Amino acid sequence: MARPPTHPTRGAFEDEAELIAALQRGDAVAFEQLVRENTGRMLSVGRRYLRNEDDAQEAVQEAFLSAFKAIERFEGGSLLSTWLHRIVVNACLMKLRTRRRKPEESIEDQLPGFLEDGHLTEPTPGWRARADDLLESGESRKLVRERIEALPEGHRTVLLLRDIEGYDTEQAAKELGISPGAVKTRLHRARLALREQLEPHFRRSES
Amino acid sequence: MTCREFVDFLMAYLDRELAGDTRGVFEQHMDLCPNCREYLVTYEDTIRAGQLACSEDDAVPDDVPEQLISAILAARDLS
Repeated sequence: MARPPTHPTRGAFEDEAELIAALQRGDAVAFEQLVRENTGRMLSVGRRYLRNEDDAQEAVQEAFLSAFKAIERFEGGSLLSTWLHRIVVNACLMKLRTRRRKPEESIEDQLPGFLEDGHLTEPTPGWRARADDLLESGESRKLVRERIEALPEGHRTVLLLRDIEGYDTEQAAKELGISPGAVKTRLHRARLALREQLEPHFRRSES
Repeated sequence: MTCREFVDFLMAYLDRELAGDTRGVFEQHMDLCPNCREYLVTYEDTIRAGQLACSEDDAVPDDVPEQLISAILAARDLS
């Protein structure tokens, strides 16, 4: 069986299997290592979903408490970081379900515009490179994250679950308590709005 | 098919959910309209850009509050 990869910045427990064993016997140093190694990554997930620092920190705390309770049953079928990622996404979804619902901001004004004859109001010059090349720069990656975070909540959440977490339409619909048709509509609109937001930054300059 | 309809059908086309006739009309429009061809490419690139930008290792903030780490560890001690 393949040995699990080691973490590049591991503390006292350099090996994933050693760390899991120590966590399962209740070793305090192992818990601290787990928390220090993963809080940042989990907090960025919380901020992305909840767009509120207090809620994001609460989601991370709740996720760790769930993880501490479940660690005895963790069988190592995935990396600890992947397992924790799933737990914090669930904690964020739970928070989104229970927090007081605000009226959804409109996404209409972020969608592409069309003329009466059905043509786009703005021609599409195309982008100056494909996404893999454009996103080589840390600045571009930050810009894309910021634009995703700025999408209205109901659309942002669908885009995160479908395009980033890889949920299928049915799973996302179940998690969000909406119909599969609504998931598809929101996903398409979220992508269109994000494309509109990225276009001015990535478009080919006109010669 | 108009450009507006082309944009409406984009996701269904990429998900291979367009029925044969509509798919044919969609592809015909794509052959004739360079603007919509570019639109489709940049729509796909938008999806890819989101995935690259949110890849786990990239998005780790450098401002993790120490009080959050302390609170998590304290909560574990109490549980």
